[in-house]
Amino acid sequence: MSGESLRRATATEIRAAFHSGAATSRAVTDELFAAIDREDGVLGAWLHLRHEQARAEADRADARYATARAAGPAALNALPPLLGIPVALKDLVNLTGTPTTAGSRILEGYVSPYDATIAARLKEAGAVILGKTNMDEFAMGSSTEFSAYKKTVNPWAIDRVPGGSSGGSSAAVAAFHAPLSIGTDTGGSIRQPASLTGIVGMKPTYGRVSRYGIVAFASSLDQVGPFARTAQDAALLLHAIAGADAHDATSSRSPLDAALLNLPSGDAAASAIRGKRFALPKEYFVAGMEAGVERAVRDAVAALQAAGGIVEEVSLPTTEHALATYYIVAPAEASANLARYDGVRYGASKHGGGDLLNGYLETRGRGFGPEVRRRIMLGTYALSAGYYDAYYVKAQKVRTLIARDFDRIWAAGFDAIVAPTSPQVAWKFGAKMSDPVSMYLADACTLPANMAGLPGVSIPCGLSENLPVGLQLIGKPWSEAELLSISAGYEALTATAAWRAVAPHDLTKLGGGAA
Amino acid sequence: MTWHAVIGIEVHVQLRTVTKMFCPCAIPAEGDLPNSKTCPTCLGLPGALPVPNKAAIEKVLAVGAAIGAAAPATTIWDRKNYFYPDLPKGYQISQLDFPLAEHGTIEVTTSAGTSRVRIRRAHLEEDTARLRHEKGGDGKRSSLIDYNRSGVALLEIVTEPDIRDAETARRYAEELRLLLRTIGAADAEMENGQMRVEANVSIRPSEDAPFGTRTEVKNMNSFRSVEKAIAFEIARQTEVLESGGTITQETRGWDESSESTYTMRAKENSHDYRYFPEPDLPPLAIDPAWLAGIVASIPEIPSARRARYVEQLALSEYDAAVLVGEPRAAALFEAARAAGATIDAKTLANWVTGEYLRAANEGAAEPDPVQFAALIGAVSRKEINGTTGKELFAELLGGSFDVRAAIAERGLGQISDDGALKKLASEVLAANPQALADWKAGKQQAIGFLVGQAMKASKGRGDAAQLGAVFKTLLDA
Repeated sequence: MSGESLRRATATEIRAAFHSGAATSRAVTDELFAAIDREDGVLGAWLHLRHEQARAEADRADARYATARAAGPAALNALPPLLGIPVALKDLVNLTGTPTTAGSRILEGYVSPYDATIAARLKEAGAVILGKTNMDEFAMGSSTEFSAYKKTVNPWAIDRVPGGSSGGSSAAVAAFHAPLSIGTDTGGSIRQPASLTGIVGMKPTYGRVSRYGIVAFASSLDQVGPFARTAQDAALLLHAIAGADAHDATSSRSPLDAALLNLPSGDAAASAIRGKRFALPKEYFVAGMEAGVERAVRDAVAALQAAGGIVEEVSLPTTEHALATYYIVAPAEASANLARYDGVRYGASKHGGGDLLNGYLETRGRGFGPEVRRRIMLGTYALSAGYYDAYYVKAQKVRTLIARDFDRIWAAGFDAIVAPTSPQVAWKFGAKMSDPVSMYLADACTLPANMAGLPGVSIPCGLSENLPVGLQLIGKPWSEAELLSISAGYEALTATAAWRAVAPHDLTKLGGGAA
Repeated sequence: MTWHAVIGIEVHVQLRTVTKMFCPCAIPAEGDLPNSKTCPTCLGLPGALPVPNKAAIEKVLAVGAAIGAAAPATTIWDRKNYFYPDLPKGYQISQLDFPLAEHGTIEVTTSAGTSRVRIRRAHLEEDTARLRHEKGGDGKRSSLIDYNRSGVALLEIVTEPDIRDAETARRYAEELRLLLRTIGAADAEMENGQMRVEANVSIRPSEDAPFGTRTEVKNMNSFRSVEKAIAFEIARQTEVLESGGTITQETRGWDESSESTYTMRAKENSHDYRYFPEPDLPPLAIDPAWLAGIVASIPEIPSARRARYVEQLALSEYDAAVLVGEPRAAALFEAARAAGATIDAKTLANWVTGEYLRAANEGAAEPDPVQFAALIGAVSRKEINGTTGKELFAELLGGSFDVRAAIAERGLGQISDDGALKKLASEVLAANPQALADWKAGKQQAIGFLVGQAMKASKGRGDAAQLGAVFKTLLDA
């Protein structure tokens, strides 16, 4: 394998090439960096690149593969699945010696002195960490336009947003700058950009992946998850990062499903759809949903049905309250989580004039962007004396009702919920910047799963106006392997669909400058 | 006019744990370099998370059980939000609605008798960093922050407004400290800030009048200053009201040198801390079996032990208070009694409160309680005399040895056999003819001299009282 094929290979294909000796990690890494260096001037997906360290990591992986190949198949199979495979990290994952900005000016110049648990696990697995990707400031946004640093474009249409907040990670995978990347999803920040850039993105069950070392937005909603171009690749990355962590009291000891490393593929995956029961919630086909999006999603549902899946329309009546509830709970938690950015210990600081209050006001007033300031104010208000019961307490009660809505679906014997991920395809830059609520509505179909702590995945299911549409699958707690198996089945069912032949733009031909 | 004081006490005490409350950092010690006991969690770095210290929770549950408080079936943690440079996360993890202990009592004995102080609640929280304000060589002021104490486990214990005088307030604080030390929950040294006492003080014209406006008194660095500061504050408030003034609700500091309180800060409209449940920590269910295990491991608490010493062992109130007041002494007393059930409790108490505490306060090592019991047994059975006992005790502080074997081998046993004493007395008399002459001349002191010579000859082993009788018989013969 070489050149363009290396760059476009999935993680599973790369791994097979490492085993056979058909490719080296160093070659893949060099190829990806070449593409990044050529194209990121246009794409804008990356905030920090680790050329030197990544190449050293690749060389170490290659040495281990060479030794194992000489020792035989057993030795090769004993190597960690991610060994030598390049991965990108959203720039809120702490990685020792690397900047962590969370897309904010207030963390400009901050270099992490420690590893997030998932960063440590990726290192342990021998992954090659290419660098850190762009994001909405503190993961607040749905278009990555709220990054304080740069604009990330959608590789399918460079005048459109890649979605957000993990837009850098999704754009990087969609543009073949990395086979895998890490995102976080608080209200849809993995699934929605995956949908808008035509890739696979999964938010695992709350507690499945450690949050230690992940810059917090809303602690009770945040989950870390994988981006990939296939369900199987997403499973590979999830398997490497998931599992109980003594550093995160909210991480679960629920055992990791070994099936993640043995997902069915091809015909086996397609036939596994037979007999599966899918709930189709009518409330997810919201007003304002684009006709092309609805058509693609309903076509996907029909394909599942044609393969023997049983689809029934259901009602999740609390769906309409999820958005309002989310915009109390998430900002409330964020208002406290972001209090530590006070300019006293690290990051940008305007202290020193002697007036402590003024130092706080200047540091935070200048360091945070408009959306972050808005949410801190929303959250502070919701927690204030006299308003706490009316807002925060009530929102928590509604949250319980939302979870019960989902429980009823599982109690009725459904295997998964199928729904659109985003009511729209990628929109043009600036289209929603003047109206915060229109931006918030972009997550209407994804944030109920966060409120209930459930796993959800977005997989490509077609095009509308030549832009990708995502199908969302939501499952019961800890059913990540099942969701990804169904996703693999859908991929097999649609492997020859015409829309799969359409690819994002070749950014090099679009005249990408140096990164 | 007589004014009636109402006092409530709030105590913050550092728990005796190996690590901090929410991270694996060690507890800072005297002489540590600033910021040397820190990690991402207690520095509030981006992405760091708290994990609760189980040992700290167990200590608070033990304190709760010891004061007869109730533990919740499930507790949660809350964030208390405010900005200050000593608070790295911009919030303190504390407990608002579900403290680990609620509704207990502590018995307090003063010169006026024994009373009970109700405990409203006791909960866990984390300590803040320490600020140091300096003026550099260039005259510029700067503030330095040491995060070593950031995240250390603190127990906050709040009383009901049950206390009516400064002496009771002081005794409450002392009794609380003793309780915490006895059950091993805290060292509670006030001098180095491990225990911080704050008093809410108000006065009113009669016991059934509504509470007056209160002030909060801080910066009391010893039990003595607790009593003095509260007494001062009661007198100050009385003077203000008597002269027609009004009390301002405020925080006042105790100034040790002028022995008075001063305004630290006027109470702003009570701060809105925007408490809400800490989403980084799941609720903690208090498993009944876990709690039962903790309760079973709690030692006898001081008030119960004092009562037992007086009622069952017939010790004086004073001896009981001295023994129980010093956990090391009580521990030795108990261990020695366990080793030698037949030894007289009063003799043992005298030795522990006398010889032992004297040595312990000079920094001596702990004696082996089994050998200590053997020693006290030998003394109380008069097998050895007091002088020998003290010598052996001093040896025991240097390391354990078999006291009974030593008494036998070294011939330290007291000579009380009549024949042996007569033989000894005859020899001493023969060697001191002048004494006989003195006695004949009517000098009564001759007997004392002879007994002294006999004690010297027997290396202190003779029974002095018996020797006196023997000499008298010989001299008069």
